[in-house]
Amino acid sequence: MAKKPDATSNVSKEELLKYYREMLLIRRFEEKAGQLYGMGLIGGFCHLYIGQEAVVVGLEAAAKEGDKRITSYRDHGHMLACGMDPKGVMAELTGRSGGYSKGKGGSMHMFSKEKHFYGGHGIVAAQVPLGAGLAFADKYLGNDNVTFTYFGDGAANQGQVYETYNMAELWDLPVVFVIENNQYAMGTSMKRSTKSTTLYGRGLAYGIPGEQVDGMDVLAVKAAGTKAVEHCRAGKGPYILEMMTYRYRGHSMSDPAKYRTREEVEKIKTEKDCIEHVRDLLTQGGLASDEELKAIDKDIKAIVNESAEFAKESPEPLESELWTDITV
Amino acid sequence: MATEVLMPALSPTMEEGTLAKWLVKVGDKVKSGQILAEIETDKATMEFEAVDEGTVGALLVSEGTAGVKVNTPIAVMVEDGETVTDAPKPAVVAAVAAAEKPVAAVPAVPAVAAPAPAPVASGWPHTDLPEGPTKTMTVREALREAMAEEMRADPTVFLMGEEVGEYQGAYKISQGLLDEFGAKRVVDTPITEMGFAGIGVGASWGGLKPIVEFMTFNFSMQAIDHILNSAAKTLYMSGGQMGSPMVFRGPNGAAARVGAQHSQDYAAWYAAIPGLRVCMPYSAADAKGLLKTAIRDPNPVVFLENEILYGRSFEVPVDPDFTVPFGKASILREGKDVTIVSFGIGCAHALLAADALARDGISAEVVNLRTLRPIDYDTVLASVMKTNRCVTVEEGFPVGSIGDHLASTIMQRAFDHLDAPVVTCTGKDVPMPYAANLEKFALITPAEIVTAVKSVCYR
Repeated sequence: MAKKPDATSNVSKEELLKYYREMLLIRRFEEKAGQLYGMGLIGGFCHLYIGQEAVVVGLEAAAKEGDKRITSYRDHGHMLACGMDPKGVMAELTGRSGGYSKGKGGSMHMFSKEKHFYGGHGIVAAQVPLGAGLAFADKYLGNDNVTFTYFGDGAANQGQVYETYNMAELWDLPVVFVIENNQYAMGTSMKRSTKSTTLYGRGLAYGIPGEQVDGMDVLAVKAAGTKAVEHCRAGKGPYILEMMTYRYRGHSMSDPAKYRTREEVEKIKTEKDCIEHVRDLLTQGGLASDEELKAIDKDIKAIVNESAEFAKESPEPLESELWTDITV
Repeated sequence: MATEVLMPALSPTMEEGTLAKWLVKVGDKVKSGQILAEIETDKATMEFEAVDEGTVGALLVSEGTAGVKVNTPIAVMVEDGETVTDAPKPAVVAAVAAAEKPVAAVPAVPAVAAPAPAPVASGWPHTDLPEGPTKTMTVREALREAMAEEMRADPTVFLMGEEVGEYQGAYKISQGLLDEFGAKRVVDTPITEMGFAGIGVGASWGGLKPIVEFMTFNFSMQAIDHILNSAAKTLYMSGGQMGSPMVFRGPNGAAARVGAQHSQDYAAWYAAIPGLRVCMPYSAADAKGLLKTAIRDPNPVVFLENEILYGRSFEVPVDPDFTVPFGKASILREGKDVTIVSFGIGCAHALLAADALARDGISAEVVNLRTLRPIDYDTVLASVMKTNRCVTVEEGFPVGSIGDHLASTIMQRAFDHLDAPVVTCTGKDVPMPYAANLEKFALITPAEIVTAVKSVCYR
């Protein structure tokens, strides 16, 4: 596991506040989405990102303009972290015309060409070759962009991941494979699905370097992300980051999560929570006062409430939208 | 005892070849496994080895002879002590030899009997080509020329797939493209259909226009998730923000004698999916014009070729701007008594059937759909309203066929014009058998089309 950077060195107050703010936005947004789901305003599948916020926030801190990202169906956090408008994301969850996909994609299928976010994919692991393809295009076009290709520990057992590893390394594609190992593929724990003790290690068979990272520590994530991105931009091909993380909620809204104990979840929440971690760094280091953080909390709450209001008020798509965007 | 050496079949679809070079001469002693000659097939130049040892008694076909039919005697081997005068007299001349032989003796000939029904030779005027000069070319050459022209015109167009580069294409479609465009744009992939199809779709989102070649569409089953769920649906799921401008192409349907796993027609499967364009060319002009349109099109296109048609020649417009639009069928042959609707190699069967029907006084109109999504319903319906009878022809399975869909459409939109039920001619509802006779039974034949047409004409 990557060594934790010393909390007091090289990290400015501004940087910590930025992470705090971004992680808190995701958490409050997801809590609100959960509420709206309970009210029947969001339908279908809805996979919340609560607990894993440090992964996307830390990696976005390592990205530059032009870099791309693509992920699975648990995608709300990735969209908020790359700067997509919470109103547009929430309105897509409610299936309204103001959503990023005009209400036609839903929770699992959202995109933003402007923010270089390429979905939101409901087929487990499909995004892995797709992400390598985005990197293929960047290499072909001769720029130095990198694609962050996120997938879970469940997806890591799909064959197309390894087909992609092989070609990504063969062609030196600038892609960071980010395995968000939250330790449960829906209800199946790592222990019940593989005898591998690490997932990043599987890349070694293809010549791809990688490492395991404390995905609950945003600073460790950023440091590892920076290293991976430098590797890609230097033309050395792909890199694998196995982010050890944890989701607090069930796989989807309908999952009672009987496959793990309440104690296990509570222990992670108490000891490892990524937002509390940054809060502690800020307050214990004397970098920020409670008042400053409360002001941020209030601000975030307002943004999330505004997105929820927008998502409720935005009209449903016109019936004519049924027949648009099928072909160009 | 002297034995004849016969022109070998060196690919599943080879019917004839060129004897490019003899590597032995009369009087040479030959060992088993020694290379006797180089033979050019429709796919590649192959080395042809001796089976038994012996002495070359006579060479019956001279170097450079083209059109040597499979099973034509090309040389005579004699045993030690024998002289060539002991050998049987070669009474055959290359290029006319195999035609008279019973089909059973020519295993490489596909069930669709030669001669190829090239429209030029069959005595009716072209009705599906624009005005202007044409040149004769094979479907294979037409596909290659379409790709090369579009790659020259647009640097974001590239080709990827198995054996497309250094091997020069498993079916020689991409021959020469690596030399002209380099390895950056003619990308050899490992055998990993799902992986490279996904990479192709991702590349299309990243600003490129990939042509993904499947060695055959049978292997696209490994990749169909990316064709449907990643390529076809993303424009819709993104609210119109991003689509997948790319082509998936390769041979589809039965080749010859390659069995059940390599002989399926996926036309109806892909044609069912909103978000895709689906092309199935018949002629070289279709192939060139449709492929150019497909590469330029901003949508994902499934482009279904046919291995047996690759080597057939047709007239193609010389005009470099010639394209065939999507959703526009062509009339291959005009007629007044019945409409035969087909696509791909089905058109070849339909045209042979129309010839036979003409001899019986039935005038058949042959409509070539060319694209299966979108389908040109207007042309089909106009023809049916004229002839009042319709037979559909395809190689695919009967359940959920394109013919089923056309029959239902015609029933709903032209019921009052029909003088007989629409009859659908399809492949049989069985996995493709290997045995030569069974394979012929499984495939749709001109004779079956003739029978179907006569039934709707009540004759």
